[in-house]
Amino acid sequence: MIWQFDIIILLFLVVTALISLRLKDLLGASIVFGIYSFLICLLWAEMGAVDVAFTEAAVGAGVSTVIMIATVYNTKRRSKD
Amino acid sequence: MMLDHAMLANLIEDTVVPKINFWIYIILMMTGLYAMISKNNLIKKLIGMSIFQTAIILFYVSIGVKSGSGIPILGAETQREFHEVEHHNHEHDEHPEEFPDVYAYPTINPDDYANPLPHVLMLTAIVVGVSTLGLALAISQKIYHEYGSIEEDEILAQIKTRSDNDD
Amino acid sequence: MKLLGLVAVIITGSLLLYASGDFPAWGDANSPANSNQQVSVRYIQDSYAKTKTPNEVTAVLADYRGFDTMFETVVIFVAGIAIIAILSFLGEPNKPRGGDIEEHPETPDLIIVQTCKLVIPIIQLFALYVVAHGHYSPGGGFQGGVMFGASLILWALACGLPAALKRLSEPRALVLSAIGIIIYAGWGFLCMLLGGNFLEYAFTDPLLPEGVEKAHSHGMLIVEIGVAFTVTAIMFVIYANLSSRGRLKGGL
Repeated sequence: MIWQFDIIILLFLVVTALISLRLKDLLGASIVFGIYSFLICLLWAEMGAVDVAFTEAAVGAGVSTVIMIATVYNTKRRSKD
Repeated sequence: MMLDHAMLANLIEDTVVPKINFWIYIILMMTGLYAMISKNNLIKKLIGMSIFQTAIILFYVSIGVKSGSGIPILGAETQREFHEVEHHNHEHDEHPEEFPDVYAYPTINPDDYANPLPHVLMLTAIVVGVSTLGLALAISQKIYHEYGSIEEDEILAQIKTRSDNDD
Repeated sequence: MKLLGLVAVIITGSLLLYASGDFPAWGDANSPANSNQQVSVRYIQDSYAKTKTPNEVTAVLADYRGFDTMFETVVIFVAGIAIIAILSFLGEPNKPRGGDIEEHPETPDLIIVQTCKLVIPIIQLFALYVVAHGHYSPGGGFQGGVMFGASLILWALACGLPAALKRLSEPRALVLSAIGIIIYAGWGFLCMLLGGNFLEYAFTDPLLPEGVEKAHSHGMLIVEIGVAFTVTAIMFVIYANLSSRGRLKGGL
């Protein structure tokens, strides 16, 4: 539990979440959401929760990002807000 | 006033570190909740829902953290100790006169291993979260097919005009 | 409306921040969750002696809390079926696909196809290893199943959705996912037939080679295999339906 590393990753996490909600291009928002998932996976691996990190890396950063991009492909790419 | 590097690090470690993760999880939760309420676009609402879910999962997993502990998997040394004790007890059952005493299993210090229970509960939560996300994306594709837009105000305006035309 | 939402969020946030003053410090080994003798400490101390599984998370997931895992598998299955049910009534699309992302090119790119042909067998082998080695290292049924499903999604991204559907068509995927749940629940009923309660693995000791503790370990492996089947099939079904709007032609 290295607290310096934890504080830096947590601040990045908040920044990434805010960016993902502000981008008007939905493809970019989905990819930044994938970055958010990867940072959470890193945080859990450092906290000692290796099984949860493995699952989040496979499910959150893999399948979840792909199905979100598939939906953006089938609907509009640009959002008004 | 000599506020040098080491003193600042100690000050942060004593006051901020014990609680900062909870503050940041609460900030993330509130960001996700506000995004779900206020964003117009359906996909942004779903991103907000996912941020809310992952913040809650972070909160649960961080309850089970013990500083100075390892991962909740027993190492090779401990497994070998268990096997030796079991082998000895097996020999005692077969030849009671040669191996008179029964060994007890070695006790494991719980402070060496992280708490496995929050990890198990949150594995379920992650997988249920992705199922919910998949289903919500399917519903938003169907809404796009029906109304031609995924912005909430346009959809509500169309519903209103359609119901006005029907009456 | 948004102002009301902002006010509600700020009030909730400040109440939670005020309540966080009472939480135990991060990393405290004596917090109430970590030092509960009956539950957490007992899982850490007794799980290897009773189940011969070094990975305590797998032992708790598949043995001590086996019911939760079974119903979670059912939830994934129901989500896959629901997505098929929602998207299969769309018919031919009457709105243009306004995505502005390029259509899939008709001829697959040579480099991507050759790279995927080299990489996908390794991914699948590693996924099977993760399922089988879940007792000794981080892993288990979910992780391996999602990786296997992701390898099929990779093939669909490289060569187009019809090529991947030739490998695992939708009816077969649904049958595979149902077989996964039948394996899990069937093992539970087998324990009932042999005299115990539902999912009480110790009673399958006459069928399996080594002692009672190893019966727990083998039972956990079998239910993890069931979970892996279901998760593989449903991940691919979710992707196939979402990317082609239920028609299974074209797609990303």
